[in-house]
Amino acid sequence: MRTSKPARAGQYVALLCYLIFIAFPFAWLISTAFKPPRELATLHPTWIPKDPTLQNFRDAFDQQPLLHAALNSLIAAVSAALIAVVIATPMAYVMARHRSKLSTAATGWVVVSQAFPFVLIIIPLFLILKNLYLINSLPGLIMVYVVWSLPFALWMLVGYVRAVPPELEEAAAVDGASKLRTLVSVTAPLLAPGLVATALFAFITAWNEFFFALVLLKTPEKQTLPVVLTHFLGAEGVADLGPLAAAAFLATIPSLVIFAIIQKRITGGMLAGAVKS
Amino acid sequence: MRSPEITRRQALAGALLTLLPAAAGCSDDSSGSGGKITLQFQSLAWQEESVAANKELVKEWNAAHPDVQVKYIQGSWDSVHDQLLTSFEGGEAPDIIHDASDDLADFAYGGYLADLTPLLSARLKSDIPARSWETTTFGEGVYGVPFLQEPRVIIANAKWLKSSGVRIPTPDKPWSWEEFRSVTKELSGDGKFGVAWPLKEPVSVTLNLGLSAGGELFHRGEDGKVTVRFTAGDQVVPGTIQAQINTDHSSPTTTLGSGGSDTLPGFFGNKYAMVPLGFSYRQQIVQQAPKGFEWMVLPAPAGSAGLAQGVSPQTLSVSEDCEHKKEAMEFVEFMLQPRNMVRLAKGDWMLPTATEALADPALHTEKDGWATGTALAAYLRPAPAQSVRGYPEWKDKIATPAFQEYYSGAIDTAELEKRLVKDGNLVLARYQR
Repeated sequence: MRTSKPARAGQYVALLCYLIFIAFPFAWLISTAFKPPRELATLHPTWIPKDPTLQNFRDAFDQQPLLHAALNSLIAAVSAALIAVVIATPMAYVMARHRSKLSTAATGWVVVSQAFPFVLIIIPLFLILKNLYLINSLPGLIMVYVVWSLPFALWMLVGYVRAVPPELEEAAAVDGASKLRTLVSVTAPLLAPGLVATALFAFITAWNEFFFALVLLKTPEKQTLPVVLTHFLGAEGVADLGPLAAAAFLATIPSLVIFAIIQKRITGGMLAGAVKS
Repeated sequence: MRSPEITRRQALAGALLTLLPAAAGCSDDSSGSGGKITLQFQSLAWQEESVAANKELVKEWNAAHPDVQVKYIQGSWDSVHDQLLTSFEGGEAPDIIHDASDDLADFAYGGYLADLTPLLSARLKSDIPARSWETTTFGEGVYGVPFLQEPRVIIANAKWLKSSGVRIPTPDKPWSWEEFRSVTKELSGDGKFGVAWPLKEPVSVTLNLGLSAGGELFHRGEDGKVTVRFTAGDQVVPGTIQAQINTDHSSPTTTLGSGGSDTLPGFFGNKYAMVPLGFSYRQQIVQQAPKGFEWMVLPAPAGSAGLAQGVSPQTLSVSEDCEHKKEAMEFVEFMLQPRNMVRLAKGDWMLPTATEALADPALHTEKDGWATGTALAAYLRPAPAQSVRGYPEWKDKIATPAFQEYYSGAIDTAELEKRLVKDGNLVLARYQR
C-alpha cells in the first residue's frame, strides 16, 4: 500500500519531533557540561555556552575517581551482559521450541519478576552475598546484575528464537545435520541480532544501575560510575551542577559508542529471504 | 538420577545455611590483625572543601594513631537510609556513620546504633548545647553527635532592598511575619515578586519556621503519645505564605514545585527580591551569582517565639555492631574538636553546633553572611517532627499533599487543619499502639 505524500510528510515531522524530544535532555546535558558556574543559573539560558569552559571536566576528575569508576562499570556491565546472554540463550531456545504449560508459566513468572522493587530483594540478596564473601566485590555485583537482567534477557531471546523459522532447522535435519550442528550453523547465526540486542540491553541495565552498586560496594576503589556521580549531590537535592553534568556526559559516551557500533547488527535484516514463501 | 524432592531439600538447606550466620550479625570489619584496629568511617560530605577537610582529618588521625586506623568511605546522600538499613540488616554497617538527625529515629529504635551516653566526653557534652543533643536523643539514649546545622535564612538582593527603602532586618531586630508580608507586597509588581518560596518540600519548611510563631503541631502527652494539633501559632507561617501567593501575589505560584536551586535563576535575574533558603546555599550563590550581583543574608522572620526555628543537624553515630565503640568514639571526639569542627563547618558552609567552634572569628565575618548565620545559632531548636514515629508516612501521605493544595489555593485553612489533624492522627496512632 502506497502512502500519500502529505501522510509521509506528517510521518517525518512526527519522527523529527520525537527525535528532538528524546535528544533534548542529552543536548542540554552537553550544553551544561561546558558552561561556567555563572551561566548555569541565568533566567535566560542559552543552548550554546557564551563562555565555554572545560573547568567542569577538570573539577569532575579532580573531585572524584571517574576513570577508575568507569573501568569498574565497564567490567561489571560487559561481564554481566556476556554471562546473561550465555545463560539465557539455551534456556530461551528450550522455552521457545518446546512449548508446554511449564514454559508458559515460566514466561509469566519472568514478566512478573520484573515488577519486584529493588528494596524488596536487596536485604536477602545482601545476606547471601555476604556469606559468599562477595560483598564489596565486582564479582558479587556482576552476579546480581546477571540475575537481575536474566529474566528480561530470557524473555527477549524467546521472542528472537520464535522468529527463526523452525522449517530451517527441519531442512538442516533433512540434509543430515545433527541437532548440535543445526544449532551452531543454522540457528545461532540467525539469532545473532537478537543476541546482540539482548547483550546490549543487559549492558545498559548494568551500566546505569545505581542502587545495588550503592549498597553492595563500600570502598571507593570498587564503586561504579552511577554511585560516584551521586557524590556530586548533597542533601535535599543540592547539586554541584557543572561537574555533575560533565561527569554524566562522559558516563553516557560508552553506551552511545557501543550502540553506534552494533546498531547495524540489531537492525540488519538477517532473516530476509531465508525462507521462500 | 536424584529425585527432585532431595534436590529441593538440599537447596532449602543450602539457602538457610547461607542466611543463618548473617542473621547472627557476625562482622569482623572493624578488627584488624596483629592488634591493629581498622574502623570504617562513612562520610556524606560532598562539597569539594568538605570532602578535603574530612580526608585531611582522617589522615591526621591515622598518622597519630597507628594502632587505630580509620578508613574513609565516601557515602552518598542519595538513598542513604536504604543503604544504611541494608548494611545494618546484613551486619556490614560502617563503624562510624555520618547522617542527619531526622534519619536516625528508626535506626536508634531499631537497635542498630550504639547508645553513646557512656562514651561521650564531658567536653563534648558541655560544648554542644542541650537543644542540639535533643535532636539525637531517642528514649533514654543518645544515638549520634550533632555537629553541623543550617538555619533557614532569607537570601536577598541587596541593591533591590536598599533602593526600595524598606527596613533591613537584623538578628537583633528581625521582621515580624506581618512586616515580612507587607515588605514583600511593597517589593512586588510589574512581573516581579518580593519573595519566591521554593516549596517542593513544603512540610519541613512550614514546620521548622513555624516554631518562630509558637507552632509545634506535634504534642506529646503524659502517656508519651504524640498527637497533631493545629493551634493559632501553627497557622501563622502557612497563613503568611498562602496569603503572599494567593492574596497579595507577592510570591509566584511557579516556584511551588521548585527546589531551592531552581529559584536561583529568577533571583539572579532580578525577578525575585528574596528567596528563603538553607544557610549552605550560599556556596552555590557565591559560585553562580553574576558579576556585580550584590546579595545579603537576612534572618527569617520572627513571631511570638522570636527567631526560633527547627533544624535537623548532621550527625556522627557509632554502629551497635562495632566491636571497638570506645575507639570509634575517640575518633568522633577528634573530628569534633573545636578547630576541626570549624574546618568541617566552613567546608560545608554550615554552622557548627558546639559553642567553642561557633565562637571562632572565622565564622563571624560579614562576608557571605556568616555573621548573620552564627547570630541565629542560639535560636535553633530540634525540628518538631524529630522524634515522632510515623512522621515520614504522615509527611508523605497527609501533610505534603495537604500543604501543596493549601499553598496553591485549592483548599482553605479549615480543610488543611482537618487533613493534618484528623487524617494525620489516624496515621500516627498506628505507630503508637
